[in-house]
Amino acid sequence: MLRSLQIEPEKCTGCLQCEMACSYQAEGVFNPSKSRIKIFTFHDEGRFVPYTCTQCTEAWCLHACPVEAIVINEATGAKEVIDDICVGCKVCTIACPFGTVNYNQETAVVQKCDLCGGDPECAKACPTQAITYVDSDHSGLERMRAHAAQNLPQDNA
Amino acid sequence: MAWTRNVLRVNLTKGSITTEPLNMQWANDYLGQRGLATKYLVEETEPTVDALSPENKMIMTTGPLTGTMVSTAGRYSVVTKSPLTGAIACSNSGGYFGNEMKNAGWDMVILEGKSPKPVYLYIENDKAELIPADDLWGKSAWETDEQIHAKHQDPLVRIAVVGRAAEKGCLFSAIVNDLHRAAGRSGVGTVMASKNLKAVAIRGTLGVGGISDPTKFFQASQDGKKVLAENAVTGEGLPALGTQVLMNVINEVGALPTRNHREVQFEGASKISGEAMLEVRESDGKANLTTNGACFGCTIACQRISTVDKDHFSVKDKPQYHGNSGGLEFENAWSLGSDCGVDDLDAITAANFLCNEDAVDPISLGATIAAAMELFEEGAITVKDTGGMELKFGSAEALLWATEVTVRGEGFGKEIGQGSKRLCEKYGRPELSMTVKGQEFPAYDPRGIQGIGLAYATSNRGACHLRGYTVASEILGIPEKTDPLATDGKPGLVKAFQDATCVVDSAGICAFTTFAWSLEDIAPQIDAACEGDWSVERCLVVGERIWTMERDYNLAAGLTGKDDTLPKRLLKDVAKTGPAEGRANDLHKMLPEYYEVRGWTTDGVPTDETRSRLGL
Repeated sequence: MLRSLQIEPEKCTGCLQCEMACSYQAEGVFNPSKSRIKIFTFHDEGRFVPYTCTQCTEAWCLHACPVEAIVINEATGAKEVIDDICVGCKVCTIACPFGTVNYNQETAVVQKCDLCGGDPECAKACPTQAITYVDSDHSGLERMRAHAAQNLPQDNA
Repeated sequence: MAWTRNVLRVNLTKGSITTEPLNMQWANDYLGQRGLATKYLVEETEPTVDALSPENKMIMTTGPLTGTMVSTAGRYSVVTKSPLTGAIACSNSGGYFGNEMKNAGWDMVILEGKSPKPVYLYIENDKAELIPADDLWGKSAWETDEQIHAKHQDPLVRIAVVGRAAEKGCLFSAIVNDLHRAAGRSGVGTVMASKNLKAVAIRGTLGVGGISDPTKFFQASQDGKKVLAENAVTGEGLPALGTQVLMNVINEVGALPTRNHREVQFEGASKISGEAMLEVRESDGKANLTTNGACFGCTIACQRISTVDKDHFSVKDKPQYHGNSGGLEFENAWSLGSDCGVDDLDAITAANFLCNEDAVDPISLGATIAAAMELFEEGAITVKDTGGMELKFGSAEALLWATEVTVRGEGFGKEIGQGSKRLCEKYGRPELSMTVKGQEFPAYDPRGIQGIGLAYATSNRGACHLRGYTVASEILGIPEKTDPLATDGKPGLVKAFQDATCVVDSAGICAFTTFAWSLEDIAPQIDAACEGDWSVERCLVVGERIWTMERDYNLAAGLTGKDDTLPKRLLKDVAKTGPAEGRANDLHKMLPEYYEVRGWTTDGVPTDETRSRLGL
């Protein structure tokens, strides 16, 4: 069963525990600037929104890569960057419509979410379940349930 | 190691920037942040220095846990001599600034001297420069934040800034970071502005590493988060209602200072409570509270993100206040609300926005406006002084007016900006100032909560709830319930809270963790992150050492045991209503024993034996 990161912005508090967990897993230090998942603060609107790679099936980054440094992990569905092959040309960062592939000036290769090999640290670190790792076929289940509940009689809802 | 072991030293007079290694002997003795920066201040400056002179220094400082995955570990402090109290100042803030400073590679930024012209300090990892800020001088904290972000074209720069109040000499000016988090108390912002330093802007991309024992660290920080999540206050109360969870509770126990401490219960408390912030407004169908938010790394998330009703008189036709921003904490709702007798939630929220916009401590501001209102009602201040404003208790219009002129340093606002002590002295009624060592009280009346009276009287930075929050025990039963109206046992309780808080403030974590965490939870997290053995016992000694060092600084600055007192109103005038009816604060029953448990003389001076026991 494939699983996907499910993001519910209304639950996010902007604590950045996910960014610390991600960067520690990938870099061995707590470094939000190197996190593959980012939290955006919309100050006037009072909203925090987590954003990261959604692991497209037909991944623009993968198709754009001239040296085939981005490969599919069959077990997790993640599109992973092979650091040794990546030449740092950044074409994938242009190809990605969502901006979730980024260049890392320290390592001179690109970085993106790889789902931590199937056990994403961001989801484990999130204290409010704004980021969860769920069955890919049913990532909308909770939202469906919430809407379904609107059919209940008012005093039971 | 957890510390970055690097100190950035900025001499604003010369415009020079140098780096030096952190003194690790001191780090081992004073941990970090509050303790360590105070040690630097003590070693490098004379306690008798004029707080607003170039000879005073100001230190921005993180703790060893700042920037790590320990819950709430994003804190930084500003340590300096206070212009409000003449005592040591140490103000602590959350948001994202502290983490950014640590990520840029600095445990501490020491700011000394005075720049000949307005500047701001820009730090990008190991690069730091002073940039002219003539164009920013005279701007609010919010405008300055926006302009610096625009100038560097980098939304991820984190900025700590002073507003117009500090430039105009308001003695309780704060330093605001991330728009609505503040190193709030004791006028640390006034010191910053006196150095012609408008802002410190930081971008850090180096990461925080060097965790001494990663396996132990992740276990300890996970355990800590679990304790916070399962605790009723940190897991439910604070995320749902913020610190405003306390408004109704403190009112009911008869300890909510009202109308400049004339009374201890406020008839309008429920209208300005955390619960009221959830109620949907009729006018626009929204609640005051939009959502809760977290500071860096915090799994509690007590921040209030709020709006004011767009049609409310306070913000009508002022679109800059129509969006979401930092909402009411209990302290601000109290000082701007019940202490001024104002029960208009929108007005108080708007006044709080103004405090953030120009970086002013809302506790001291509200309490000083309350004193001004009493002076007005007593006829000591008249409409001649205020330029026509009827400064009456309960008037939301007067509150907004007084807030606006003070945060902008205009007219009568300049007098309010001198704080309650100086204001009441000037108008011949010093007894109406509700202060200790010149700093205004926070939101707990010591007639209804006896122990907190001793904590106020002996606090090293003047009246303050965050130097020894005995309310946790006396009202909330944390770690165990004590009778708020009893004085027995309170000296020991105050000492225990004061010493433990020194450790919390020196580690890089938030004081609110202590609703759930004791040192038994905190010490293992410090121990796993830092080299060496950080047991609970060692933490307690470090905490007591820090407290006593601060005391010695204050004594050398000219304060004495005589300053460990409360205003007559709290010692003589009894509470009129509530569970504490008929009671004043019995400080005289607690203070001598407090000196004794501290190992101080009957005059409140640490004995040589005590100093030597603590390695001072």
